[in-house]
Amino acid sequence: MISEIWALTIREVKTWIREPILVFMMVIQPVIWLGLFGQAFNLTGLVQIPLSNLPPEITQQIGVIFNQMIGSIFGGTLDYFTYMAAGMLSVVILFTSMFSGMSVVWDRRFGFLNKLLVAPIARGSIVMAKVTSSVIRGLFQAALVFSIAFAFGLQAGNAFNVLDLLGVFAGLFLLSIGLSSLFIALTIRVKSWEAHMAVVNLLNLPLMFASSALFPINMMPDWLQSIAKVNPISYASDLVRAFILHSSSVGLDISRIALNFEILIAFAVIFSFIGIVLAERGLRKG
Amino acid sequence: MAIVETKDLTKVFGKLIAVDHVSFAVEEGEIFGFLGPNGAGKTTTINMLTTLMNPTEGSAKVAGFDIVKDANKVRSLIGLVPQDLTVDEDLTGMENMMLQATLYHVPKDVAKKRIEEVLRLVELEDAANRKVETYSGGMRKRLELAEGLIHYPKILFLDEPTLGLDVQTRTVIWDYIKKLREERGMTIFMTTHYMEEADALCDRIAIIDYGKIRALGKPKELKDGIGGDVIELALFDNSKDVSEAIAKMPYVIDVKKKSEIYRIKVAKGEEALPNIIESILKMNLKVSNVSLIKPTLDQVYLEYTGRSLRETEGNREEVMRMMRNIRRARQ
Repeated sequence: MISEIWALTIREVKTWIREPILVFMMVIQPVIWLGLFGQAFNLTGLVQIPLSNLPPEITQQIGVIFNQMIGSIFGGTLDYFTYMAAGMLSVVILFTSMFSGMSVVWDRRFGFLNKLLVAPIARGSIVMAKVTSSVIRGLFQAALVFSIAFAFGLQAGNAFNVLDLLGVFAGLFLLSIGLSSLFIALTIRVKSWEAHMAVVNLLNLPLMFASSALFPINMMPDWLQSIAKVNPISYASDLVRAFILHSSSVGLDISRIALNFEILIAFAVIFSFIGIVLAERGLRKG
Repeated sequence: MAIVETKDLTKVFGKLIAVDHVSFAVEEGEIFGFLGPNGAGKTTTINMLTTLMNPTEGSAKVAGFDIVKDANKVRSLIGLVPQDLTVDEDLTGMENMMLQATLYHVPKDVAKKRIEEVLRLVELEDAANRKVETYSGGMRKRLELAEGLIHYPKILFLDEPTLGLDVQTRTVIWDYIKKLREERGMTIFMTTHYMEEADALCDRIAIIDYGKIRALGKPKELKDGIGGDVIELALFDNSKDVSEAIAKMPYVIDVKKKSEIYRIKVAKGEEALPNIIESILKMNLKVSNVSLIKPTLDQVYLEYTGRSLRETEGNREEVMRMMRNIRRARQ
């Protein structure tokens, strides 16, 4: 079974890396988001209110209080670009996961899926190979966006180290497994890619915006908060942010990190299980 | 021994009965053909026998195993060369073959030898390390055929093996199929809507239409079954009707005179013809025109389905698929 999954994963990855342009096209979108959206907002700018008629030490005082308030809302950073870049890594995973479902539809349309279905292999390994290759793609692209964000001025905490970096990718890894399984499960019985695009587009934007990837949850109205709180992207963003903003003065909030990990592990396990079960039962021709 | 055996095999899609209580048996080592127009239920039957679809009703055994209960056993013993081209264009021929070998659990060292062997059979060894993207339609089909052979299947299923290929490539594919049967005694189950193909390759043919088997037998039996050969003959002098005299000649089954032409049904055309001409000369009459018409499967088909193969219309999806195949094959 492992050899089947591996061989199929290799096939997917090979087709992917042979189109380097495609790899970069996939990264361009998040980078544009970062550039346009992330750089346009300036949180510290929000509190530079013209209070010139007050004594300077009071303005300064007010400034500090505001900064603390905003800092706590934004999970410990005053730089919106940094806040968003951390969330954007989860969004990159979301984007790449969408394509894993697409590739199932694609393989079905071009008959490749039939070839797999007549082979004496477990149906689940077809899905697992899709998930694995999607994870590899997702993590690679996240790494690419992460380095670009650094170049653009992402301000990591002063204690950010290799272990934190591993934590970031562990979180993204779990998110990627869960989301890829979800999107594949959704498309197991879908035959046309038009129908698949409709489903994906329906899920894509809500998943991105109703999460803490771009805005802090407690700035949202209640109804949106309740959605964001069940959205795994929120937990992944929060986890990634906690690691990136690791500073020596505050340290890591272990209980927050543990909670995020638990939820992401549950998400990944449950959805990959659903994906495999659906594949065993529903993955067939016509 | 029957290697494929179906009993009342049925597949219903909504209101459409694609395959309707079909029962037949394929003997080990024979080339068995399913002949019928587009949409007759050929591909659906293959899909069920190769475990891609579960039957709505009825059952089938392939290589001794039930297609539903022992699907994975069946899968490991059969090879399928589907109608659509399914090789991965972004990989090389060799990579496609290696992938296929892994999917069929052929150990790596064995796989290398076999790949070499089957690629030689389909004459693709020189192109093995090129991306499939650069292959012609015929080459892709040959690679597809090679993939179907990698695990030495007991039965090879070929769904429209030469659809959309040019005449030369078609002949080449026919040669491979014949070679497989002769050299390895492989059982081959194929579908086609080309009369010539069924006639040239198949030991036995089932004519299928609207999901039902209309006729089943050796091509020759089927052809003989519709009444043997026909001699059409015209005389210079038409003042006398010699129908009755002809009817008494050896091998003659039936004579009809239509305008100036005698249409004579005979048992053995080649032997009857000289005999008839000689007898007519003896009556002091001269033959102005003669032709011997051998029955074709086309006529058999017409007889059993009431329509000629060439007239049949495919449904839209079928046509789209065919066009897609042809387009891809020509890239």
